[in-house]
Amino acid sequence: MTTVAEARGGGEGTRTPYALSHLDALESEAVHIFREVAGEFENPVVLFSGGKDSIVMLHLALKAFAPAAVPFALLHVDTGHNFPEVLDYRDRAVARHGLRLHVASVQDYIDRGVLKERPDGTRNPLQTLPLTERIAAERFDAVFGGGRRDEEKARAKERVFSLRDEFSQWDPRRQRPELWNLYNGRHAPGEHVRVFPLSNWTELDVWQYIAREGIELPQIYFAHEREVFRRSGMWLTAGEWGGPRDDESVEKRLVRYRTVGDMSCTGAVDSDAVTLEQVITEIAASRLTERGATRADDKLSEAAMEDRKREGYF
Amino acid sequence: MTSTTEGAESLSVEQLSETTLLRFATAGSVDDGKSTLVGRLLHDSKSVLTDQLEAVERASAGRGQDGPDLALLTDGLRAEREQGITIDVAYRYFATPRRRFILADTPGHVQYTRNMVTGASTAELTVILVDARNGVVEQTRRHAAIAALLRVPHVVLAVNKMDLAGYQEAVFASIAEEFTAYATELGVPEVTAIPISALEGDNVVEPSARMDWYGGPTVLEHLETVPVSHDLAHCHARLPVQYVIRPRSAEHPDYRGYAGQIAAGSFRVGQEVTVLPSGRTSRISGIDLLGQPVDVAWTTQSVTVLLEDDIDLSRGDLIVPSKDAPATTQDVEATVCHVADQPLTVGHRVLLKHGTRTVKAIVKDIPSRLTLDDLSLHPHPGGLAANDIGRVKIRTAEPLPVDAYADSRRTGSFILIDPHDGTTLTAGMVGESFAAPEPVEDRADDDGWDF
Repeated sequence: MTTVAEARGGGEGTRTPYALSHLDALESEAVHIFREVAGEFENPVVLFSGGKDSIVMLHLALKAFAPAAVPFALLHVDTGHNFPEVLDYRDRAVARHGLRLHVASVQDYIDRGVLKERPDGTRNPLQTLPLTERIAAERFDAVFGGGRRDEEKARAKERVFSLRDEFSQWDPRRQRPELWNLYNGRHAPGEHVRVFPLSNWTELDVWQYIAREGIELPQIYFAHEREVFRRSGMWLTAGEWGGPRDDESVEKRLVRYRTVGDMSCTGAVDSDAVTLEQVITEIAASRLTERGATRADDKLSEAAMEDRKREGYF
Repeated sequence: MTSTTEGAESLSVEQLSETTLLRFATAGSVDDGKSTLVGRLLHDSKSVLTDQLEAVERASAGRGQDGPDLALLTDGLRAEREQGITIDVAYRYFATPRRRFILADTPGHVQYTRNMVTGASTAELTVILVDARNGVVEQTRRHAAIAALLRVPHVVLAVNKMDLAGYQEAVFASIAEEFTAYATELGVPEVTAIPISALEGDNVVEPSARMDWYGGPTVLEHLETVPVSHDLAHCHARLPVQYVIRPRSAEHPDYRGYAGQIAAGSFRVGQEVTVLPSGRTSRISGIDLLGQPVDVAWTTQSVTVLLEDDIDLSRGDLIVPSKDAPATTQDVEATVCHVADQPLTVGHRVLLKHGTRTVKAIVKDIPSRLTLDDLSLHPHPGGLAANDIGRVKIRTAEPLPVDAYADSRRTGSFILIDPHDGTTLTAGMVGESFAAPEPVEDRADDDGWDF
């Protein structure tokens, strides 16, 4: 935490008096975004997957409204292929902070025959319909997502307040310019606004902030032994979701996850980083982006993310 | 390798967490080598990772280009790649051991003014590129005018393609002199001119061996050392209230905190404050900095302020020091940049968002439109189209505590919103357009331009 003395203490060129550290600046901006939404919307919800970005979002929301409770519910889109450690974390977080949790289940849609399993077994693209239908059914007017502009090139052009039509669609050519910190949350009935408080954070910022704030994470973010098999250049966890095939062999490796999504398309990386400090050192030295390293869903095509976003994806 | 070019990988966790943040914007067209400059900053600071570079190489090869086209790093949308143009502001992130950067990369062609105004609105520094062979051209003057209008505190003139101008000092010196004179006339407080070759890498990250006559910083060195905070003693303290925090819990039965991000200046416990527009006064009894009680807080910290008296105060109000309260007004005169496709006309009924308050308003008059190329005025244009800059007079339904934009970028700015479809129509800056080098008489019923 910055204190007056510390902030004034730096004498070097970049440590000018009253300049906030980059983490303080990003934290303050995110808190401002949370409070704008609380002030201007009727029924906001926070998308919460149990992944590190949504965990940081929840932490920021808790700080933004303390000592009062967070004035939003959480929404989890459950692919049915979640890591058990992550579901466990989700339920403990909900209980500890007395939050309300909505779950939209991809499995329900498959069971009802509304959605069909894809040949490649990944359920990430299948999340869009349960997500958008739940948003419409609950009449959520603001939906917080943990998306960051550094994640992917289509996200680099995303707004902090991103208007979605009644079909949850995103049109990148009709975005509202965002000037100063004056966010425009106006929307028609049936439309909603996706809000991205971590827009300006990088993966490294997120990890540094987790370390600074002492935020607890699911254990799969740290190196552990796991039975995995190789597919599309990634280490995937064996499981009921459809892996490994006969031609793929399982082996035990020391790995950790850089992102947490559907088990079928989220790969682990070889790692011996067991502490936050080791993870940060590893990320700072990495020559691959987190999505490039570990997400099959973004390897589908050059515009895979843009296409999913247009349809109403996170 | 100098210390500037070391990637983040050589740093300890502690060093990594101790940097400051600089938001800056770039202006220039593809022809000026802007994408090459941005690509080189990202590439040479090791912010482009292997998989991103491979994707760019694949895409470049697919389009029949020889080398990787670094513009593809920022042109992320399908339409942009198909048409080979940038259609929107792209935000890029990179870091050096000394600082974290947020770069608003604004396109040179389509919706130019609107995008540059958007990028400049949050920027503390703008890099304006010129081609050393062409010098200061119409577009350069337009860029300078926008930086001046948006009161971007630091302007860098990057004189690019010095390799094609024989790395001659005289070429650089005459361009730098012409630009600095022009920018100073517009009230730009600080211009740093740097001779570079983005293609060859001269003076971008590494000092150039071919221009030993230049003793100043490279572009990256300047970005790393330019001050990112202001002298708070000369700033009006302003806190727009976003939200009232009232837990009403057993632990905090009477807690009533006013949450907001300090827009300008600093506040301290014990300070006498006035709430606008009501004019009620109280004293700050506590400041909560996201869970930590502090005696002093300053811009741009998000805080919760507690007051001694239980006064009527809600979202949209502005907390200011009683000794330094702005006047409230229902008549706002401003310079605006129109950002929507539908025009702004006299008589237009709009919503005006200032700080955290949104009020009904009507456009009473549009006294003039400004041509950025030559700063000529077009009186009474009747309306403003997308990307037009002009003066407007607005009447608001409720009084607003506005500052002059020249004094406070956050509390001197506003947006106009279409009440029917919610479109963001216009970006507004209260008061005179350009800072005059000398005080100029205010001609209120004239066109209002002061240069």
